[in-house]
Amino acid sequence: MIRIEARETLSIYWKLGLPVMSALLALLLASLPLNLAGAPILESYKQMVIGVLGSKFAISEMLTRATPLIFTGLAATLAFRAKLWNIGAEGQLYLGAMAAVSVGTGVFDISGLILVPLIIFCGCAIGAAGMVLPATLKIRYGADEVVTTLLLNFIIIIFLQYMLEGPLKDPMGLGWPQSSPILDQGMLPPLMDRMRIHFGFIIAIFCAAVAHFMLIRSIWGLKLKAVGENMSAAKHAGIPVNQSLITVAAISGALAGLAGVSEVAGLKGYLTADLSPGFGYTGIVVAMLAGLSPLGVVISALFIASVFVGADSMSRAMGVSSYLADLVVATALLCVLIGGFVSRYKIVRIAKNGGKN
Amino acid sequence: MLEILQILISDSFWAASLRIATPLIFGVLGALLCEKSGILNLGIEGIFVAGAMVGWMSVWLGAGLWGGVLAAAIAGSILGLLHGILTVPLGLSQHVSGLAITLFASSLSYFSYRTALPTVSSPPRITPFQPLDIPILSDLPFLGPVLFQQTSLTFFALFCVILIWYVLEKTALGVAIKAVGDNPNSVDAQGLSVYGLRIGAVMAGSALMALGGAFLTMSAFDAFFFGMVNGRGWICIALVIFASWRPGKALFGAILFGAFDALQVRLQTEVGAFVPSQVFLAAPYILSIFALVIAARSADYPRALLKPWFKGQR
Repeated sequence: MIRIEARETLSIYWKLGLPVMSALLALLLASLPLNLAGAPILESYKQMVIGVLGSKFAISEMLTRATPLIFTGLAATLAFRAKLWNIGAEGQLYLGAMAAVSVGTGVFDISGLILVPLIIFCGCAIGAAGMVLPATLKIRYGADEVVTTLLLNFIIIIFLQYMLEGPLKDPMGLGWPQSSPILDQGMLPPLMDRMRIHFGFIIAIFCAAVAHFMLIRSIWGLKLKAVGENMSAAKHAGIPVNQSLITVAAISGALAGLAGVSEVAGLKGYLTADLSPGFGYTGIVVAMLAGLSPLGVVISALFIASVFVGADSMSRAMGVSSYLADLVVATALLCVLIGGFVSRYKIVRIAKNGGKN
Repeated sequence: MLEILQILISDSFWAASLRIATPLIFGVLGALLCEKSGILNLGIEGIFVAGAMVGWMSVWLGAGLWGGVLAAAIAGSILGLLHGILTVPLGLSQHVSGLAITLFASSLSYFSYRTALPTVSSPPRITPFQPLDIPILSDLPFLGPVLFQQTSLTFFALFCVILIWYVLEKTALGVAIKAVGDNPNSVDAQGLSVYGLRIGAVMAGSALMALGGAFLTMSAFDAFFFGMVNGRGWICIALVIFASWRPGKALFGAILFGAFDALQVRLQTEVGAFVPSQVFLAAPYILSIFALVIAARSADYPRALLKPWFKGQR
């Protein structure tokens, strides 16, 4: 007879090893669809590695792709820690991006020293509002935030299409549904010459560090932990639960909004309706792979960005569909979920008489 | 006002409403069945995509229309089995597991489609289900044109409403499924398998969800497009709450929703000059949120929804 028993404590090896093993297993499992697509497997993996680490440009591309994922990964991490299921980072990202082009494309032709912080502030504020609304609906009316944030994603993207065909449309844009470009002084500066990596990456790392400190060291972090672990116990302990939820909703939405700001004002320069290839949803995978740790988010965002950039370049070279990257990312999430279970429990052998062997 | 009235009494409007409602009927029933057993299945959006792809692909490969329906249902139940294993015996977060299923099922479907058809510029088409034309019934006033412009899949969806209602309300199996979603300990005490009932319900529910997707590629349209599910799964999750987990109310909710959607298309041609088209596009999603806000407090949730249960632990 065997039985499943919970482990009392989780060793540091499990905590670190689990996401790494899950990530590697997901990459390994990608050989199945690769085989199905008729691509030579070893050559494909080689192309993937070259695509990510093969040149200075490749590394810069990977870091550029990781930047929005760090923001959305942090957005999911903080909210999920409080058991507030923010699945709306995709929409909040676009809210932030819309705010950025609203103030950054010529309404205020001021020095970059004021304009850049203004763009960032507006992006954060609107992104935060985009999550405070569903959090309020949850607290006031009991409307499940998973469903409302998911539905809001669709509403916001439709609103974005309206804005890009109307108020935000670039009059010089030859009729394309895109916004005017952000003023030069409003752009986040690039970090390297002739590379796309930009200052948004630094902001992302900074946010991860602040989030880490807030969660581990601050009273706010302890309250959040209490709310996430047992809401009614937290209420009894006198923690203002609703206020904590609204605060974390605002911070989570602001971080997702920052992802949009950074993509528009750091990378693209103008806003189109295809700014994000699902960064909001991928952020959830980033957060889960990181075990909801802010510093882990940075590492797992780098990994997932590598998968995307590597698979992109591999699919160009080998003629395999680039949906492979999404498949690897989804598989990694499944692996880390199952691995998380395995790590929390151990299988114990029980003798027929009931005693342990 | 008069125009709206004219729309509302026209049979073509109600025929369109029922057509738009059909995938939602499948989806709501599927989600309802899962949740009645205590398991939230956010894999629904991805299972829709998988059902749409597998159903279409099977027909395209020559399996026949009903062969495609069967293949879609099997694909759905396999994904349901995966969700069931993750959330029932392993007891993992139903939210996260469901989202993982959605990401996995949609990326796998898109990847398979692209791999099978790497170079096509316009999606290949199949001959979809045709409207049933039953001689005498089609000539009935109003009901004839509304019901008998529909394909067999719509009738199958209506049949499933009755079937699910019957199973849940009139059979021992239904009592057990509802009990396992309300109080798994009592089910366990009677010697029934909580795991078996829950996984079975999730598999059957997921098969229904996949049929919703299959309707899109095999009846509403005749090809598979990227992004064609477009949030229908999430709308179903909202509709289940709106329907308070009752199959009859779920049918009503889905048709109401279909009617609003059909109305907005018609209104668009009436007032499209004054109102931006996006208002109409966003209406279904806004409506779902409203439905949720109105119904959430009064809804009687299955009491063990989202709560994992482990054998031997109380």
